[in-house]
Amino acid sequence: MFKILQKTIKTGIVTASYPAQPAKVSEQFRGCPSFDFQKWRDARPAANACPTGAIGVHDEGNSRKVTVDYGFCNFCGLCAEESGESVCVTREFELATLNRRNLVLTAEYDLDSDGTHRKLREVHRQYSNAETDVERLGKQTKETIQKVLGRSLAIREVDAGSCNGCETEIVALNNPVHDIERFGIHFVASPRHADLILVTGPVTRNMELALVKTYQAMPDPKVVVAVGACGISGGVFGVNYASLGGVDNVLPVDVYVPGCPPRPQALLQGILLAVGRLTEKLQGHTD
Amino acid sequence: MSQTASNLFETLRQKFGQQVQSIRAEREDEFYILLSDSDIRPITDYLLGEFDARLVTVFAEDRRAAENVFYNYYVFEQRGSPQYLIVRAPVCANMPEFPSLSAELPSVNWQEREIQDWFGLKAVGHPNPRRVALHDNWPEVYPLRKDFALETVLPEFEGERHIYRRALGKGVFQIPVGPVHAGIIEPGHFNFAVAGEPILYLQLRMFYTHKGTEKLFEKLPVHRGVFLAESISGDSSFSHGTAFCQAVERAAGVEVPERALIMRVVLLELERICNHVGDIGAIVNDVGFVVANCHAGRLKEALVTLNEHMTGSRLLKGMACIGGVRRGWDVAQLDTLLKSLDWFEKEFKDLVSLIDSSDSTRDRLEQTGVLWPEKAKDLGIIGVGGRASGIDLDVRRDHPYAAYSRFPFRVPVYQAGDVLRRMQVRIEEVGESISIIRRAAEESFQGEFRVPVPVIPADRCAVGSVEGWRGEIIHWIRTGPDNHLQRCKIKDPSINNWPALVEAVQGNIVPDFPVINKSFNLSYSGTDR
Repeated sequence: MFKILQKTIKTGIVTASYPAQPAKVSEQFRGCPSFDFQKWRDARPAANACPTGAIGVHDEGNSRKVTVDYGFCNFCGLCAEESGESVCVTREFELATLNRRNLVLTAEYDLDSDGTHRKLREVHRQYSNAETDVERLGKQTKETIQKVLGRSLAIREVDAGSCNGCETEIVALNNPVHDIERFGIHFVASPRHADLILVTGPVTRNMELALVKTYQAMPDPKVVVAVGACGISGGVFGVNYASLGGVDNVLPVDVYVPGCPPRPQALLQGILLAVGRLTEKLQGHTD
Repeated sequence: MSQTASNLFETLRQKFGQQVQSIRAEREDEFYILLSDSDIRPITDYLLGEFDARLVTVFAEDRRAAENVFYNYYVFEQRGSPQYLIVRAPVCANMPEFPSLSAELPSVNWQEREIQDWFGLKAVGHPNPRRVALHDNWPEVYPLRKDFALETVLPEFEGERHIYRRALGKGVFQIPVGPVHAGIIEPGHFNFAVAGEPILYLQLRMFYTHKGTEKLFEKLPVHRGVFLAESISGDSSFSHGTAFCQAVERAAGVEVPERALIMRVVLLELERICNHVGDIGAIVNDVGFVVANCHAGRLKEALVTLNEHMTGSRLLKGMACIGGVRRGWDVAQLDTLLKSLDWFEKEFKDLVSLIDSSDSTRDRLEQTGVLWPEKAKDLGIIGVGGRASGIDLDVRRDHPYAAYSRFPFRVPVYQAGDVLRRMQVRIEEVGESISIIRRAAEESFQGEFRVPVPVIPADRCAVGSVEGWRGEIIHWIRTGPDNHLQRCKIKDPSINNWPALVEAVQGNIVPDFPVINKSFNLSYSGTDR
């Protein structure tokens, strides 16, 4: 007993203060790639290299449409290696969003005869920064959880076919460094106790029924968070005879958390976003 | 002892006559013994007996398009020799049957049934031929046959769901658990038959996370395959990634630069340490020592942060590549590596002494979930679970790859086979890994860390093997045209070791199941693919 206390006191507090303070992230960390569509002359090498098909190139007549889908991205950085200065790897990871479309960027170009492109015509990006103001989100969540949810948010995690990478990071949310319980958030065993279902994917044929049953067992109102590239889109596995792809092919998804796997802070951002959704749903119910 | 191909051929010809057609030495350490028919039993008996060999894995391949035949491959390793002896037995396309070995060799039970389910080849004489890799309610399809398309949309499943064996008797009842478990773990179904508290019989149902991985490998260009390999089991991404790269490099004859080989050693050991520490924490947590688990969680977090510093990814993703590793290290990174290790070693010692100081923890772990060495040998158990039960196997030592032959280390082996020993093996392996990394970090990090890879020649077969932190990982490939693969077989150590869990829980109480399960910590995704 003495030894335990001694070690505890010697160790001190190790919990990080994210999101009140920005996350401590290594300089080497590969976050999401950022695209300078103006400068980008040829998207084909990046599209070719991308292991998950997150970058698409569609040529029609004299025009080319390039799409970048962060919902597939596994942050490998190959697109940046293949594209010179127009694509670079950032350290950004707070990408969780309420809308799947927000993860897709589209650029339209004039196509040259040699296969490269120029003259950017249009870029569509609906990504809103309001969702990524995590500091504000954190404060809000604490208040919401205290006021509306009776000081507790219960999460049921379901692995619907994941490789266990996302689970590793979700488990890390519970370690003393990330300590998700400081928000009054905890993981529960029974879906009947849960407000939020955190699903990793791709959803396999064999897990479909179990996932749906778990969701149905949860009381209303409830929110669904799809975790990781596979949970969002099927990722590297996509859709095949055994995989149904992203979670939203099976359940209505409220929040998408990109990453492969998303780091604990990214998961936290997604969960905080979901709390906002839950509050909306709760108010909808009581009104 | 290594054999020359001609010696071996002569020996086998004398014994088996025309059944042994020829022997192809693809590589110094990889021989193919080609048989004329599917009857593998006599030669298996011989290799297991007089050769003191071990059956590593069994898998099939659909070669009907090119040769109008299926092949079954039986990979053997001989104690004390780095060679893999791979016996190839044809299975007739018109009469798709092969004799089962499972009655004598329970270690291939699931792997033979996988061949039945995925290729439609019947394992004749199998003691339990029910479906395993495709669930019972799936339609009659054979996904790994070449005439089955990866994207096939199957109809709604209407077949009968799996019927578990009933356990009968006074006071006996059955507890179904899963596939969604109480904690944050992967899905699988456990059906316990109990009489009061003790477990009489455990039935497992896996393959809930089957996502067509082996089939998908055949669709992807090899450089993309590396990323798929990293996602076979997310906690072993670098081990699986490296096994895959090694297989491709061997097939293509790529010489990997020394610097990359040393870096691979460092990364593989980092992966081992990181997961072992997490497991040690989880084991003591399951018997109520929460504080120790908190310290383990803190240490693991420091290690994944180090991983990120070395590779850009907390789980070492995006670092494996064919022909070396994706990025080099600068002096500052190596400096951080060594400093972090020094800090970690001290903290880890504290953690171990904290655990040792708790008599109640030891009391709960000792003689819990015992897997006796004889059983472990019969079942072909490998990896951490095997070494705690007297099975002295380690691919790093037995089939040296990367730069392991330059950094000798000790392989901890225990006989008692309980949860405590499985934890002890991990504790000692962490110590060995730290020492390996330190020695490796002293080596020169000059020169190339990656060489350009030519177009992969078609129709080459090769094995890649790695001792992941769970145990022996095997990737076997046949290359195809246009930088694609014809076949990629993945064997995670977990598929060998699930039967160990069934054996180890018998007679234990249900509340000890989590800690016994955790002490093996097998990969569901690696099993199911």
